Amino acid sequence: MKKTIYTLCFMCSVRCPIAVVVEDDEVVSIEGNPHVPAMKGGVCPKGAAAMGWINDPQRVRAPMIRTGPRGSGQWKTVSWDAALDYTAERCKDIFAKYGSKTAVYCERVNLVTDLSKTFMKAIGSPNYFSHDTVCKGSINTACRSLIGYTDAQINADWGNARHVVLYGRNLFESMEVKSVNALLDAMEKGAKLTYIDPRVSITAAKSNRYLMIRPGTDLALNYALMHVIIREHHFYDVKYVDRWVEGFDALSAFVNPYTPEWAEAETGIPAAEIVQLAKELNEAKPAVIFHYGYRGSGHPNEIYLRRSIMMLNALMGSIESKGGVFIKKGPKDAGLSGGIRKFSDQSFPKMPDGRRFDGCGQEKFPIADPAHGVGAMFAPAVLKEDPYPLKVLFAFRYDPLYSLTDYQQTLRAFEKLDLIVSCDINFGGTTSRADVILPESFFLERSDPLQMAAGLKPAINRRVACIKPRFDTRPMWWILKQLAERLGVGSYFPYETIEDIWNYQLADLGIPLDRFEKKGFVSLSEKPILWDREKGIAFKTPSGKIEFVSSLLESHGFPSLPSYEPLETPPDRFRLIVGRCVAHTNVMTQNNPYLHELVPENTLWIHERRAAALGIQDLDLVEIASAVGTGRLKAFVTDLIHPEAVFMLHGFGHQEMESKRSYQRGVADAMLQEALVDPVGGSPAFDHTLVSVKRV
Amino acid sequence: MGNYLIYTDPTKCTACHACEIACKAKNQVPAGATLGKIVVMGPKLINGQPRMSSLFIPCFHCEDAWCLNACPVGAIRKRSQDGLVYILRELCVGCKSCILACPWHIPQWDAAAGKAMKCDLCMDRIDAGLEPACVAVCPTDALHFGEPAELSQRSREQYGLSLLGRSQTRYGH
Repeated sequence: MKKTIYTLCFMCSVRCPIAVVVEDDEVVSIEGNPHVPAMKGGVCPKGAAAMGWINDPQRVRAPMIRTGPRGSGQWKTVSWDAALDYTAERCKDIFAKYGSKTAVYCERVNLVTDLSKTFMKAIGSPNYFSHDTVCKGSINTACRSLIGYTDAQINADWGNARHVVLYGRNLFESMEVKSVNALLDAMEKGAKLTYIDPRVSITAAKSNRYLMIRPGTDLALNYALMHVIIREHHFYDVKYVDRWVEGFDALSAFVNPYTPEWAEAETGIPAAEIVQLAKELNEAKPAVIFHYGYRGSGHPNEIYLRRSIMMLNALMGSIESKGGVFIKKGPKDAGLSGGIRKFSDQSFPKMPDGRRFDGCGQEKFPIADPAHGVGAMFAPAVLKEDPYPLKVLFAFRYDPLYSLTDYQQTLRAFEKLDLIVSCDINFGGTTSRADVILPESFFLERSDPLQMAAGLKPAINRRVACIKPRFDTRPMWWILKQLAERLGVGSYFPYETIEDIWNYQLADLGIPLDRFEKKGFVSLSEKPILWDREKGIAFKTPSGKIEFVSSLLESHGFPSLPSYEPLETPPDRFRLIVGRCVAHTNVMTQNNPYLHELVPENTLWIHERRAAALGIQDLDLVEIASAVGTGRLKAFVTDLIHPEAVFMLHGFGHQEMESKRSYQRGVADAMLQEALVDPVGGSPAFDHTLVSVKRV
Repeated sequence: MGNYLIYTDPTKCTACHACEIACKAKNQVPAGATLGKIVVMGPKLINGQPRMSSLFIPCFHCEDAWCLNACPVGAIRKRSQDGLVYILRELCVGCKSCILACPWHIPQWDAAAGKAMKCDLCMDRIDAGLEPACVAVCPTDALHFGEPAELSQRSREQYGLSLLGRSQTRYGH
């Protein structure tokens, strides 16, 4: 008997709503949830490829304890009790010596994040960081400095936009299905897409205007756009700016020297093109989206690029406008008295030492977001024992080895750790070097805590198990409770079943669980909620306005409007830039049978003129070298990349032998990237490293 | 393509290849083989602006099918009701004649089974009132499944309206 189950995908962090058809405990098909029209009934290739992982023998199939040297591939399979007892006993011994703050917990933000934070608060360690910090910490800080909300608390109204500007935001390959369809539909109705990137992505090919910008100079382009918009043509939304912007005069004076002609020399984009773009944006305003980015971790001045993008939105009057950028609404905006209850809001004992490993929200990174931390500080903190020794790492569904810059540095940090606990569904770099693996069930095999999906139309989404676990795996909420109990803090996990968790979460909302059966989600508002643009926008800055001159920045000694500093690439070197393709999620999916077949390895994109000068032909094996590492991969000789840059896909070069398909295919960008960081915003600078390239 | 056609809308296609993967997952196609294939041209720069296009190529289900005619054991059949051409796996002896005979070499080789396999447009799904897996999974609705007349009608109408610069409205009848 076939049945259709509505759940949430987790092949990437987007968590699209899906419909899974199941027959006799086998998945028959995975398609988009038909109750969500923007899914158009489909899923992306990663969602489709989930079927390939269900019975894959290369998954982590049971709890394991290491028996040989780290990374040797020598394991013994043990029972859950044995693995959990071992982990807890080791933790107790190490905590006795160093205190529980010696534990660092990192994860990709997911539906269990509330319980991850509960676990850390319960054991008494402030050292939590999420992948968000590595991906977009500086966007988060930039948004808070301007509007008082994080980037996760805003979104783009793609479907009603009339002009969209993307800075390397490779929307059509990151494949957030609902957004992609909304933008494609808007474009069918005449919306324009301008795409700015040193490299031609699929999104570039879908755009109306592609600007091949010199790598790392997007901020110069934005300063010139502001110059044209404010000083040359008065294209900005005067009424909106008067009402909502703090520090406009300072910006107006600041951008005076940044003419389009100046920007042409810096960015390589013709001045006339910049002026023309500003004109078109003026015609489309306020239904304009300058997208602030999904990944924002390119250069050490990242926060200022992201601020400039949001300031352009403000100038166009597009924040909280139809077809612009909007602040997500939650249950209270929908007229409900409460929201989803959080386990991490329980009362916990005060930590004896509140100093964080990364100094986030403290001395080192005073304005980065402690909710996500500064992951870039993990290896330096471990290596220097600054502010104290860090000896335990919980890496839960996250692989810092390949996700942070400077692989060798992270590896050296691993060597100083007494215990690495990994939770994963397959063998990644960190998992293969772990001391103990606590394997999570695949998303199709598990139910998870409910998701509060804030938005123009807030909703609560549910992931529910579609099939039984194929191997000896468990859901993360169960694993965390088991560990907590063994560490004497089980009382903070007041549940036995997933229904207990759901009921706890819904206690203040009064939504019965059976309401999720019909569609997989419960809508809290039928109509989109937009605030009144004249008086009703609740910006959460101290001034209640959009702060071009930011109290958050200035009060910590950081400038709001720093002068542009040119970025030079020496003629014999390249700027290494990285990105994603539609087939893979970060460093996690390279060993999936279908996705591996689709994109098995990365290549080095190099401009044909630079390649010719180096005697490199298409598909030649080349060596790429930076100050911290080298790698060998095939060249893709092309005119689709700026001559100053070379590009490679993120996430390849896996060295873990358990993952046989992805083993040693391509090169890990982490092997080459220097440990550079945006000291204000908190993101690493993944696109800043200079490299040399030669034919092997 | 029997009585059916799969039409690709290149403006909607993002070359994501979900069609190929859903086909493989549904039909248990081994690594290296592809029943339905999305062919992508580009991106390439044309006067500085990148452009791309794509076309989905499943089996065409020819009226007078080369593969069927070439099969020495009668393992390839054609459904009378809708003209779909499919392989009866039990009868296939693995001679590969169909692969050679097809002008586009569309039948694929399943090495583990020692048999040929080919796109049957997911006829079990069609019989259940569903679209083929490749079409159903497409996240941007770039693939359309239907009868040639209906698809032609729709495409021409859309093209005409785009030239006229307006979207369709209903008028009487």
